[in-house]
Amino acid sequence: MAKKQLVSVKVNGREREAAVEPRLLLVHFIRESLQLTGTHIGCDTSHCGACTVVLNGKTVKSCTMFAVQADGGEILTVEGLMKDGQLHPLQEGFKQEHGLQCGFCTPGMLMSSYALLHNNPTPSEDEIRRGISGNLCRCTGYQNIVGAVQYASGKMAEGKMAQGGAK
Amino acid sequence: MIPPAFEYLRPNTIPEAIALLQQHGEDAKILSGGQSLIPMMKLRIARPGYLIDINRISGLSYIKEEGGFLKIGGLTREAELESSAVIRAKYPILLDTAHVIADPQVRNLATVAGNLAHGDPANDHPATMLALGAQVVATGAGGERIIPIEEFFLSLFSTALQPEEILTEIRVPAPPARSGGAYFKLERKVGDFATAAVAAQVTVDANGAAQKVGIALTNVGPTPIKAKKAEDFLRGKKLDEANIRHAAQLAADDAQPSSDLRGPAEYKKGLVKELAKRALSRAAERAGK
Repeated sequence: MAKKQLVSVKVNGREREAAVEPRLLLVHFIRESLQLTGTHIGCDTSHCGACTVVLNGKTVKSCTMFAVQADGGEILTVEGLMKDGQLHPLQEGFKQEHGLQCGFCTPGMLMSSYALLHNNPTPSEDEIRRGISGNLCRCTGYQNIVGAVQYASGKMAEGKMAQGGAK
Repeated sequence: MIPPAFEYLRPNTIPEAIALLQQHGEDAKILSGGQSLIPMMKLRIARPGYLIDINRISGLSYIKEEGGFLKIGGLTREAELESSAVIRAKYPILLDTAHVIADPQVRNLATVAGNLAHGDPANDHPATMLALGAQVVATGAGGERIIPIEEFFLSLFSTALQPEEILTEIRVPAPPARSGGAYFKLERKVGDFATAAVAAQVTVDANGAAQKVGIALTNVGPTPIKAKKAEDFLRGKKLDEANIRHAAQLAADDAQPSSDLRGPAEYKKGLVKELAKRALSRAAERAGK
């Protein structure tokens, strides 16, 4: 067995660390070492996107990366979306627009949508579909997921306007 | 799926990385984007004893025009091609290609250099780089050497890179005026390898006759294939419908597909013909023939 290496990361704003074997995948590190089980393992072959997390501002499939590679980085998982007891507009959108049925793909969908809206706050339907093209959903047919992202986009724009108005 | 155990090494400079390659020989693999290597390790098709992670080496990620070339660094990600202003303005064939590789998450990590160095004929950049007449810079203990892309792909998963070399840069000759290129791929779903794909890059003269022609094929043989007969036929000719149709047939003749779950060989040949027609037409249109 290869000797363990210390991995230090900032996850959802909190410093975390653990000594792990180099072959430990990032998704197993998140779920087992850090006990954050919101991030799912679906296909385990880099197709389905259920394991998507945001690492240093970019979405990655955490089943296709080693935990040691993330050392020193900043990770956002689905657990980090809610703030001050308030759902993120995306989470609210998925609820309002029925953007999920079984819910298995939802954490990954949320993280891909989060990165999409961060880079492009008002995406077209095409851009949304392209933005979530690395995430598979076997229930919804995607229609309501697109609606949920549009809902969040509108909500976040309203939020910004309200903030601007208060200045 | 759990990959086999390995030693993880993280050099900070290219000389350090090369020294590690020399020390561990063929038991070591370079880890850049890892989007092909890690799945192969999980399936235990690849079992390197040492992984040399080059992601922390600074100065290896760039897209710049210099000395008549577009230079792409050894660590440049596919997603960086997609967002690059110079790629969007001047290299539509590279944008076409990056757009159809895997999916957004994979493109955030996957590197252009890795797409070549992996030596997989199903990858997309090999055909595009063949059509563009690119060069590959291999850095080893003795310094840099330049490998023309035509000499790079030796056989399935095997390239001209030596075990102690790292692919540090890709150089694409800056296309002259009246140039255009395109990449057309058919995939069964987002993220799948190509059933077949065709890259075409052309330069036309003031009369609309083709001066330079590059055509190459993805996933229809043991290596990416340069469609030489089609290129020779088109050189000096107008890129009109009849000539393009004939060239597309010649490209299909050069394809050596095998029947598999993506379709029978005959179907793939037909597909190459159609994709070549579309790629050449779009390339000609972009060259402003």
